Amino acid sequence: MERMQQIVGRARAAFNSGRSRPLEFRIQQLKALERMVQEKEKEILAALKADLNKCGPNAYSHEILGVLGELVLTMEKLPSWAAPHSVKKDLLTMRDEAYINYEPLGVVLVIGAWNYPFVLVMQPLIGAIAAGNAVVVKPSEVSENTARLVAELLPQYLDKDLYAVVTGGVPETTELLTQRFDHILYTGSSAVGRIVMAAAAKHLTPVTLELGGKSPCYIDKDCDLAVACRRITWGKYMNCGQTCIAPDYILCDPSIQSKVVENIKATLKEFYGEDVKSSPDYERIVNQRHFKRVKSLLEGQKIALGGETDEASCFIAPTILTDVSPESKVMEEEIFGPVLPIVTVKSVEEAIEFINLREKPLALYVFSNNKQLIRRVIAETSSGGMTANDVIMHSVVPDLPFGGVGES
Amino acid sequence: NPYAGLVSHLRASWLSGKTRPMEYRMAQLEALGRFLDDKKQEILEATELDMGKPSFEAFFSEILLCKNELNVTLNNLSHWMKDEYVDKNLVMQLDSAFIRKDPYGVVLIIAPWNYPIHLFLVPLIGAIAAGNCAIIKPSEISKNTETLVAETLSCYLDNDCFAVVTGGVQETTRLLENKFDYIFFTGIPPVGRIVMTAAAKHLTPVTLELGGKNPCYVSDTCDVTNVARRVAWGRFFNAGQTCIAPDYLLCTIEMQEKLMPALREAITEFFGPNPRESPDFGRIVSDKQFQRLRGLLGSGRMAIGGQTDEAERYIAPTVLADVLPSDPAMQEEIFGPILPIVVIANMDEAIDFINARPRPLALYAFSCDSKIVNQVLERTSSGGFCGNDTLMHVTLTSLPFGGIGNSGLGKYHGKFTFDTFSHHRGCLHRNMGLETLNAPRYPPYTQQKLGLLTTTFEVKRRGTCTLL
Repeated sequence: MERMQQIVGRARAAFNSGRSRPLEFRIQQLKALERMVQEKEKEILAALKADLNKCGPNAYSHEILGVLGELVLTMEKLPSWAAPHSVKKDLLTMRDEAYINYEPLGVVLVIGAWNYPFVLVMQPLIGAIAAGNAVVVKPSEVSENTARLVAELLPQYLDKDLYAVVTGGVPETTELLTQRFDHILYTGSSAVGRIVMAAAAKHLTPVTLELGGKSPCYIDKDCDLAVACRRITWGKYMNCGQTCIAPDYILCDPSIQSKVVENIKATLKEFYGEDVKSSPDYERIVNQRHFKRVKSLLEGQKIALGGETDEASCFIAPTILTDVSPESKVMEEEIFGPVLPIVTVKSVEEAIEFINLREKPLALYVFSNNKQLIRRVIAETSSGGMTANDVIMHSVVPDLPFGGVGES
Repeated sequence: NPYAGLVSHLRASWLSGKTRPMEYRMAQLEALGRFLDDKKQEILEATELDMGKPSFEAFFSEILLCKNELNVTLNNLSHWMKDEYVDKNLVMQLDSAFIRKDPYGVVLIIAPWNYPIHLFLVPLIGAIAAGNCAIIKPSEISKNTETLVAETLSCYLDNDCFAVVTGGVQETTRLLENKFDYIFFTGIPPVGRIVMTAAAKHLTPVTLELGGKNPCYVSDTCDVTNVARRVAWGRFFNAGQTCIAPDYLLCTIEMQEKLMPALREAITEFFGPNPRESPDFGRIVSDKQFQRLRGLLGSGRMAIGGQTDEAERYIAPTVLADVLPSDPAMQEEIFGPILPIVVIANMDEAIDFINARPRPLALYAFSCDSKIVNQVLERTSSGGFCGNDTLMHVTLTSLPFGGIGNSGLGKYHGKFTFDTFSHHRGCLHRNMGLETLNAPRYPPYTQQKLGLLTTTFEVKRRGTCTLL
């Protein structure tokens, strides 16, 4: 308890000193972060390999490229983002100055997740620093190598008092959450999101909760199935399915179900070769607990493709389940693994109804040549974000806001 | 769960999609405008009965300011509702990337008693404009207004989509057991915590408009007469029952001396020699609040006013001099017509005093020297700020209105209300063709592919170039 109090207290004192406020200081810290990512690239990639069996180019493109891009963008735009913004005045205030001043909140807590362990602490950290705050970073203990590395590296490059790293699991995080923060950004599950928000409520601390859910993917009969399945295969099986915005399940007409399976099967061969297990590009489930959880979702299901598992290496082959019942276990929780259920629906109306009966997802996908249909799906559903005719990609457009709604 | 039926009825209406079309939203907003026009007299009467609100004040805050918000919204709704297109990178030139403004669903608006129409109506304007259904929970403390709203609002709005729930703490607690898609609460911080805790169970986003002690720093270089008038106006409006009223003054002992006669004169100018007889000075809303305020009168030295009448719940416009930080008047938000003056030596001391306390909803600084006003602004933190006047910053619909820390989270007024009640959904509509452009992202992963990806995705610092 004391240790947490000390760390947060030090960060608060450092913030109160005012030194994180001048733009020059913030940019200097961001430049240091940039140097850190460039100089320690090998170490970062090694940690990601150890945690998730991600290979070099893969890990680089998912976790380092984005971070460097965010740093460049932020340093570039910071002067304009931080500048006071004049607003329209009325008759009474015509001779006054009216503007919105952008001010730091104070001490921000960033809690990371294990599936993209580096980028999910770095991106929030970049924004928090840019806005002039002090930051306490709590990386996920499940991705322990990355957590250890982040704890080692940040103090080597950044102001030690303003930016602190706290490692540990549930007990440490619970303790940390009793402290007072001025904003908490949490990435993880909806269940823990509730705990974080309840803890924040005691201090009236605003929160950003990046959670998850089952992101639906509707494939219309009228679409280029080969291209659609290629894109879906990429988004579903990257990081062994452990992506918060992966297409969780497919909705499509029964008449195209087998073609979907065939196309995905062909794509998988193209991506990972004949023997997926020996491909350097295919990751593993992060730990035994999640391995067992995902494996249990296969029980009683019709396995059209894959299904092979190896507990020792936490390997689960890219798997497709067909004619899945909406009431089955695999349709209850976010899968977060390389298992793709197909639920058949007879029309886009049925698909929309299916989606709306469930919690609002983090992402929503629809594949169709028909622009009207796409517009309709967008208009009649709600989700954090969405991409039409591809997956994942809305999350890489820097000017699109990324976040959930409702349970996500 | 006594409200489950009501909430699911609203949710069914929401799912039917009827609140989505712009025409529907405009029609409901226009009906709200008619409510304000038709019921103007009843609103003035109800608020007078509730807290002796002078009809001038009631017209200004409950009718005029609300109509302003309504008109800004009606004038701009089609523009606000449009998808916002954003910049794209190299590979996405043929795609469209846009932000969609989706409604949340069924929202809950909980309003307090001090500006009982304004504080549910202005949030409601944004909720309707954003396409939501809403449950409105007015305060039971402003009983007459509560009855008016409960009985008449339903004649103007679509009853399938908008409902009023009445009651006190018990009813509100039961209401909060339900899942809402957004909760907008205006009230005191302890209840704000309760609301946020209840919201956490359903992961419901919230806006909390709370309060605190709004400091008002008066420097030695200022026009004393003007300062006194503007401060007196802000403090005694609605008999001090305003979340953004200047709660206490910070100034030097010399300024306190100068201000006193000026304040006395301003009060007399506004309310006459006996404010009790002025139609322009309000009353305290309840016996409980009256007793609480009377208990604060012993702080410091009574310099102006201090008279009370329990039967009328009247407390005279009062100024207390030489108040100490430990005095009762400095322990809680005053929310009454009492202005304590705390003496400090200089601006630095004033700033330290302010920063040692929870961040307020509003902060005021008076000085002829704009450098001083700017220093106070830069060295403190507050929901909003006004230099050389009080209250006025919230009348500008283009400024966000909200608190920070203990004084709240979230913001509204004007477009900010619409944005509060909208989910900003990031959408990317891609081309099915040009699949070769996607090739670098697919396994098997190679350094060459990575190079290509880097080139197409990278954001370059301006002024750098790649030598190939």
